[in-house]
Amino acid sequence: MTSCKILGGRCPSPAHSGAFYRWRRAWCLPPAESLPPSTMLSSGRTASSRFCWPLQRLCPRLSWERRAAASTQRKELIKKRDLVQDELRPLYMDFQATTPMDPRVLDAMLPYQVNYYGNPHSRTHAYGWESEAAMETARKQVADLIGADHREIIFTSGATESNNMAVKGVARFYQGKKRHVITTQTEHKCVLDSCRVLEAEGFRVTYLPVQPNGLIDLELLEASMTPDTSLVSIMTVNNEIGVMQPIKEIGRLCRSKGVFFHTDAAQAAGKIPIDVSDANINLMSISAHKIYGPKGVGALYVQRRPRVRLEPLQNGGGQERGLRSGTVPTPLAVGLGAACSIAQQEMGYDHQRVSMLANRLVQKITSQLPDVIMNGDPQQRYPGCVNLSFAYVEGESLLMALKDIALSSGSACTSASLEPSYVLRAIGADEDLAHSSIRFGIGRFTTEEEVDFTAEKCIQHVKRLREMSPLWEMVQEGIDLKSIKWTQH
Amino acid sequence: MMAAPSRAQVISLYKMLLRESYNFPSYNYRTYAVRRVRDAFRVNKDVADPNTVERLVLEGRQSLALIQRQVVVGSMFQAQKTAVE
Repeated sequence: MTSCKILGGRCPSPAHSGAFYRWRRAWCLPPAESLPPSTMLSSGRTASSRFCWPLQRLCPRLSWERRAAASTQRKELIKKRDLVQDELRPLYMDFQATTPMDPRVLDAMLPYQVNYYGNPHSRTHAYGWESEAAMETARKQVADLIGADHREIIFTSGATESNNMAVKGVARFYQGKKRHVITTQTEHKCVLDSCRVLEAEGFRVTYLPVQPNGLIDLELLEASMTPDTSLVSIMTVNNEIGVMQPIKEIGRLCRSKGVFFHTDAAQAAGKIPIDVSDANINLMSISAHKIYGPKGVGALYVQRRPRVRLEPLQNGGGQERGLRSGTVPTPLAVGLGAACSIAQQEMGYDHQRVSMLANRLVQKITSQLPDVIMNGDPQQRYPGCVNLSFAYVEGESLLMALKDIALSSGSACTSASLEPSYVLRAIGADEDLAHSSIRFGIGRFTTEEEVDFTAEKCIQHVKRLREMSPLWEMVQEGIDLKSIKWTQH
Repeated sequence: MMAAPSRAQVISLYKMLLRESYNFPSYNYRTYAVRRVRDAFRVNKDVADPNTVERLVLEGRQSLALIQRQVVVGSMFQAQKTAVE
């Protein structure tokens, strides 16, 4: 065995001594370690990390070292910096991370940031009364959006808090009788981490796998329910791949088994019609900044009849029916209310437009590029979240090349890590496809020009990066990559 | 009750809304406002019921005031132009 010029004698991969290294030399690139981080362009390192991955199974320690090394390099791959004065701003195509605030929402909020500053819980003077009235109007607007009663809405600081409250709160309240919680592997981190905490407290948690299209298997869900199950938590629309779970069926199933159903609708409320009584939802999380509202506020719907009880996370003044103590931020609550009421009015208009733009984007990209895979179910989805995998191109390199467009490879919470998205792994995407995925978020303020620009840049850079990729070359020569054994020992 | 707004009044409101929408400094807000105003008038162009027309015109006037306020706010905190402009 020739020793590897990148990893030294420990690497059994023929790639590092053979064709790959020659290819790298042909491009005049020094070995990875001697490159300054800023020149660590795409394909070289991409390919090297991919060529090496079968190693990870062989020698875990080595893979750990490489991962650690790679993650320090990765941190510098996309550099954080401020825009200079006359530099062009990148286009915003990341509407799943957050949305710009609608001017109508800001207009509703401003009076409460300026003149009406009373504490909505003050009962003794006009400052309090006017704030309280505004807060209650907002509560009504949120309730109307989801077909609930205004007394069932609890203002929180966002969907993360709502999810934490729902998952931990319900499980803890009913822990005397029931000690089992069901969720899915593709949930948002805040639900998964709340479940981990519950596990540490001695609860049993089932993390349901999803099918390759991202949807859960209802039969499996039914089979997982036991008389001990207190809560099922399944998100309505996935934040990374945009698939829409069959919440009506899940709700019906949960109702028939007497299990509470919580859904994280941060990406769904205000974008697709949801009716809590129609879908038998017992608890629902809503976030304002995903529906053109302000950041830092959200809501939790807690059903009153039949009553869902939960243990509060935050204790204190007893605001929000004692479930979430702490002064309600009136301007933010008003913003959430306005965002909900606008979303309700504009739902049809926005949905039609977002679908049109998403189709346009997908059409343009897939008509000009081969080997582009759309992750998630093609039908059961929210059109504004398009997750595409560009085979043989690393997502991160593409993101770097597309510096004029604000995109991400997945959830903002995990976008810093080297790991491929856990959602994509859960739907069974190959490791390299999971690494090459990009999420395009389309929203109310996206224009045709932006979509065309994004598609054009994408096509251009994917073509360029593929031309540099040895894998792509091999595929063009008709070699099946899956048939190659990189480790021949 | 007020008489229903005339055709000329509606057209004048439409023009004012469009003109004001073009003043948004932010590219995305500007294009959205223009598109939304156009589409709203297009959808409601065949409304004949005087009460509905009156209600819609009132909504339009409120929107106009809102756009005017938000244009001012937006122009106080301008940012760089985006890559497509």
